[in-house]
Amino acid sequence: MASKPRVRVPKKAKAGDIITIKSLISHKMETGQRKDKKTGEKIPRLIINKFVCKFNGKVVFSSDWHPAVSANPYMAFSYKVVESGEFEFAWTDDAGETVSKKAKLTVS
Amino acid sequence: MKRKALVLAGIGAVALAVPSVMTFAAEDWGKYQVGDTRSGYTFAKTETRAIQDDDFENPGMLWVEHGEELWETVDGEAQKSCKSCHADASDTMKTVGSTYPVVAKDIGKLENVENRINRCRTDNMKAKPWKYDSRNMLGMVSYVKRQSYGQPMNVKIDGDAASWFKKGEEFYNQRRGQLDMACKHCHVDNAGNMIRANTLSQGQGNGFPTYRLKWQKPGSLHRRFRGCNKQVRAKPYKTGSDEYLALELYVMYRGQGLPVETPAVRN
Amino acid sequence: MKKSGFSRRNALELIGGGVVTALLAGTFATSAQADAKLLAEAIKKAVGDGAMKEGKITLDLPEIAENGNTVPVGVSVDSPMTDADYVKSVHLFAEKNPAADVASIHFTPASGVAKAALRIRMAGTQNIVAVAEMSDGTLYTAEKLVKVTIGGCGG
Repeated sequence: MASKPRVRVPKKAKAGDIITIKSLISHKMETGQRKDKKTGEKIPRLIINKFVCKFNGKVVFSSDWHPAVSANPYMAFSYKVVESGEFEFAWTDDAGETVSKKAKLTVS
Repeated sequence: MKRKALVLAGIGAVALAVPSVMTFAAEDWGKYQVGDTRSGYTFAKTETRAIQDDDFENPGMLWVEHGEELWETVDGEAQKSCKSCHADASDTMKTVGSTYPVVAKDIGKLENVENRINRCRTDNMKAKPWKYDSRNMLGMVSYVKRQSYGQPMNVKIDGDAASWFKKGEEFYNQRRGQLDMACKHCHVDNAGNMIRANTLSQGQGNGFPTYRLKWQKPGSLHRRFRGCNKQVRAKPYKTGSDEYLALELYVMYRGQGLPVETPAVRN
Repeated sequence: MKKSGFSRRNALELIGGGVVTALLAGTFATSAQADAKLLAEAIKKAVGDGAMKEGKITLDLPEIAENGNTVPVGVSVDSPMTDADYVKSVHLFAEKNPAADVASIHFTPASGVAKAALRIRMAGTQNIVAVAEMSDGTLYTAEKLVKVTIGGCGG
């Protein structure tokens, strides 16, 4: 997957804060409905179908995506801050390939 | 007879269109409006503007990031990257987005950013030119123009550029295609009116390459020109062609004073 | 050109039009039924066929989409989000898309609030349906109509 992911996580937060995490990744999200203009054949489906967010190794948020999710998928969600640590974000496509990105969080 | 009917239907449909909003009156568009000149931003829906306004959420920025990586990537037999000659883009590319297209004295013709990049690649880097709307070209053009973000459009239309400007102005006002329409019929005479369920904008170029929701990726101004020409059933010119270069200069001049918005987000 | 009065041609047009209208009406009725069936199946597959209550869900969607390719949607569910009482999942459906499933969003008590935003594709004017699954198995549902238009030019 030649996809570029980006995530926005506040670098610092206080315990008990509810922060918003934003994610964006470049991907065509080929639905499988489109036809090749030259051959008339249907272009096979190839989408990111799973997005997972872990904090210090534990899943805190995830989402299953279907072809109705727009290209260059955006997802924002909330997280309740407890302790310092590291987020790991993973996007997995229909072919089983995963792209991941990490982000640190420091709790004051 | 049939052709004339089509023509009349086409123009009639646009002319009889209902004005969509009280346009020039109420809203204060700040930097997005200069006199009667309005950015496409002001014709877009609230949700769409919100996507453009947030640098993180704006999908066009993914291409700006890609361009930033390419800037430092060595490519071609001369073993150079853009950075080798142009160092820091935020400094050396600062006014490209607001002043291009310009007449390049060494080749004696008008040049836009895409063509200039390819000339640099082939002549100086000894690298292969990029296809006009390829991921790499869109990335690099977005990155370069982004360095002028917020600066007012300031293209030169006198001196060497005068003849190109004149050609672009002629193109803009020239009827073409089966629907026998000129750019001005929509973007001057009917800006602010509805065409079916879309609001016609002034067709400004200050946000290109623009992330069009329809394309689900950024696209060049010339790609948009091709689409527009096809929509009036006219045979489109090639991206990077002299005709579209001249038109680009005229279109950019129409938006003189508007801020560079690259990468804009539009329908 | 045309004679005044009710001609045989007019009569044929009326009958023909009537037949066409009847056929079309039949087609639309069948297609609406088909959509409803697909939606029900998709919901059943996601959460079973338990009763769904109204309330608790806020769906944030534009009244008219700029473009059906990219429609921003926000969903939030009223819940304390504690270990004992939280929103497990929110499933989103588009009742008239080629496939009704859009996305399933899985929260945990660590989420703090059951709130998420994404961008979706809508094939035409239709309801977006949300079904929230609580940690105790209770189901809630909400829907919102979004108008998706045919563009004017190149859109």
